[in-house]
Amino acid sequence: MTLSPLHRRAFLAGSAAGLSLAFAGRTAAQARTPENKLIVIIARGAMDGLSVTVPYADPNYAALRGGLAVALPGSADGALALSDGFGLHPALSTLHALHGRGQMRFAPAVALPVRVRSHFDAQDVLENGGEALRRQDDGWLNRAIVAAGGQRLKGLSIGAQTPLILRGDAPVSGWAPGGRVREDDRIAGLLQDLYVEDPLLGQSLARGLATEERAALDGDGGRVGRNDAQALGQAVARLMTGTEGANVVALSLDGWDTHAGQKAQLQTRLTGLDRLIAGLETGLGDDWRRTVVVVATEFGRTARANGTGGTDHGTASSLILAGGAVRAGGLIGDWPGLADNRLFEGRDLAPTLDVRAVFKGVLRDHLGLDRAQLDTRVFPDSAAEAQTIDGLV
Amino acid sequence: MAASAFEAAVAVTRLGLGARPGEIDRVAADPRGWALGQIRAEGAPQPSGAAVSTAERMEAFLAYQASGTGRREAAAPGGAPDPTAEAARQARQAARRAITEDTARGFLDRVRLGLETDQGFAERWALFWANALTVSAAKFTAGAFVDTYEREAIRPHVFGRFEDLVLAAEQHPAMLLYLDQARSAGPDSRAGARRRLGLNENLAREMLELHTVGADGGYDQADVTELARALTGWSIPRQQDRQRADGGGFVFRPEIHEPGVRTVMGRTYAQTGRRQGEAILRDLARHPATAKRLSRRIAAHFVADDPPPALVARLEAAWTGSQGDLAEVARALIEAPETWTPQAAKIKTPYEFVVSAGRALDEGPRRPALLRQALIAMGQPPFAPPSPEGWPDTAADWAGPDALVKRLNWARTTAGAAVVTDVNAVALSALGRRMGERTRSAVARAESRPEALTLLLMSPEFQRR
Repeated sequence: MTLSPLHRRAFLAGSAAGLSLAFAGRTAAQARTPENKLIVIIARGAMDGLSVTVPYADPNYAALRGGLAVALPGSADGALALSDGFGLHPALSTLHALHGRGQMRFAPAVALPVRVRSHFDAQDVLENGGEALRRQDDGWLNRAIVAAGGQRLKGLSIGAQTPLILRGDAPVSGWAPGGRVREDDRIAGLLQDLYVEDPLLGQSLARGLATEERAALDGDGGRVGRNDAQALGQAVARLMTGTEGANVVALSLDGWDTHAGQKAQLQTRLTGLDRLIAGLETGLGDDWRRTVVVVATEFGRTARANGTGGTDHGTASSLILAGGAVRAGGLIGDWPGLADNRLFEGRDLAPTLDVRAVFKGVLRDHLGLDRAQLDTRVFPDSAAEAQTIDGLV
Repeated sequence: MAASAFEAAVAVTRLGLGARPGEIDRVAADPRGWALGQIRAEGAPQPSGAAVSTAERMEAFLAYQASGTGRREAAAPGGAPDPTAEAARQARQAARRAITEDTARGFLDRVRLGLETDQGFAERWALFWANALTVSAAKFTAGAFVDTYEREAIRPHVFGRFEDLVLAAEQHPAMLLYLDQARSAGPDSRAGARRRLGLNENLAREMLELHTVGADGGYDQADVTELARALTGWSIPRQQDRQRADGGGFVFRPEIHEPGVRTVMGRTYAQTGRRQGEAILRDLARHPATAKRLSRRIAAHFVADDPPPALVARLEAAWTGSQGDLAEVARALIEAPETWTPQAAKIKTPYEFVVSAGRALDEGPRRPALLRQALIAMGQPPFAPPSPEGWPDTAADWAGPDALVKRLNWARTTAGAAVVTDVNAVALSALGRRMGERTRSAVARAESRPEALTLLLMSPEFQRR
């Protein structure tokens, strides 16, 4: 059936109205049951999946990665063994423990439906959920709240601004833990690079940030301390508990663009990610069993290490699901392998799964969205390309 | 064309308030012409919006002052709460709040003009003169008129003769209240002798030291006192005689004017009442020391903290040769080769930074409360310079450690909220050929749009002009 855009829109609106009526009844019936909870963590800057869910058993992994390869399980700083020849980065002990309890799974090679290597464009696509570039009007997580009736799910963004993924018609709240720039924030380092020929600005900013740091150490016991990802997780969890607590949360972690010095940077970033999840788990307490945490990034990084101890912009990366509501199971999607002829464009981990397929599986089975809504409203035109995955939760 | 493209970027960022998208390209055909074309006899553009005139504001101000009288008599001697006094106190507070909110709207109107104007040079020129002849909301009474002062005393005169500008400024209620002139009375005047009133030298001193010839302009304390005597009677209306005020809210009160002939800096001035002070002020405005001092200040504001002497000399020659015609001085600034040096030596003031960021991102003034907070944090609270000297004007004043951290925090918040698709295009349209390779590639390689925009806003090319 081919419809003009106008007809098509009218058709979609009509079907959506019908669906939300159907939902109204169900919501009322379920009013006393606490809602499930979904936390989407966006790792901005392109997280290196090959260092997160480590394919140590792949015969090409160690050679391609060289000094960046995570050591075999059992050796010093070795990967934390999972199954299927994969291990987790050694900084991810919380996620490893969750895996042991059947509360963590991962997709080893997901990607967006479009091949772009611009962070900006790719983050738009990841958050908007469509296939067109530079659609910045709304995000799929907000449309999911709308599709669920607009009232049932309460959205919350963590950070000074609402990220695109949660922008849209459904009102959402926001919270930021201080939000101040710190001395060792990535932006501070990048600015010092810009200021090499401007000593006034360079020295002034360095001194100012150092002072802020001392001031922050001195007082303010109640606020989330610097680099205290676990406390951040607990603070977010507090905002999610109780009858007015949020159900749908979006949170960004910056600093994954590891073109140089990747090993040390990832150690820091992944430790932060792991502690954040630990904080969410302990903070959510009994609600943890109703929770799914999704960790996704805009694209992966090159399979080979580059000349500066880092990796460049690639294609597929891994996606992690964690939480008490996650159903135990193996890999989500296939492993494409790292043989030369399997690499995308001869350089990147090849995608085996459209990332939207995972999002849709979680939204349907965890938040109760209808498949038709997912295929048309939340992820328009995704029915064929990104078929909802069963059995994730 | 390449040279012109670079000069277009210099024109819009150094002489203007920063580039709006496409502005540098539009100016590239004739960067000097762009600035010269903004020199208009009618002065700098006025902010739009429901602006209140000085006369209207005076009504509100006098009503506010009247609401305070009788307060003490109303208070019961036993200390028991007096409902009448309490109601009066609340009315007074409400009147004061209404005035403050009104001036805050005036500030926002000015910000909006800054964000939208295509006459960035005229706007910067007007802001320069408002600062050279500072009044400040740090003092509430003057603060009640800060916005109307800019609109009525400053903007219409910035491309006219300096003596007309300075006279309009000194006789505006904002200045008369800020520097305590409104209450200064001659001890030998009719009312002064009867009620034992006295001189206040504040305005006279700042007129000499800050508004005209400068501290080393060759005057002494006797000149200050003589000028203060001549200025007695320059005042604002009272509730009961407000019909006496001219349109700008100025009243001359002969009953407190000190009689006699005055001598200031070697010249004597006959007893002509109101005209006596005006004649002295006009002579001070025409004094060579004034031309010298303000020429240097213009060059230091637009080009470099320690400005090239050749530029100062050009401005001074234009000033002297035209009897202080500020249009000629502005022309000289635009035409001076030193103005176009590639080196961007000046750090933007917080106001220039915030407005230029808004222009670069093509945004209207969002959330006025945040704007106010940001300017306070960066050290430039709206309409409230710290002293009659006005806002400081060197890199060391604005780029201190804490101020830069505050700029960074604001930049990050602003970058995070900006709705922008192509950050590389935004950077290019904001800085044009002034953008260096380091900044260009940092923006292009940033890991997210907010990061890219933060880097742009905090880059040396954007912080400087």
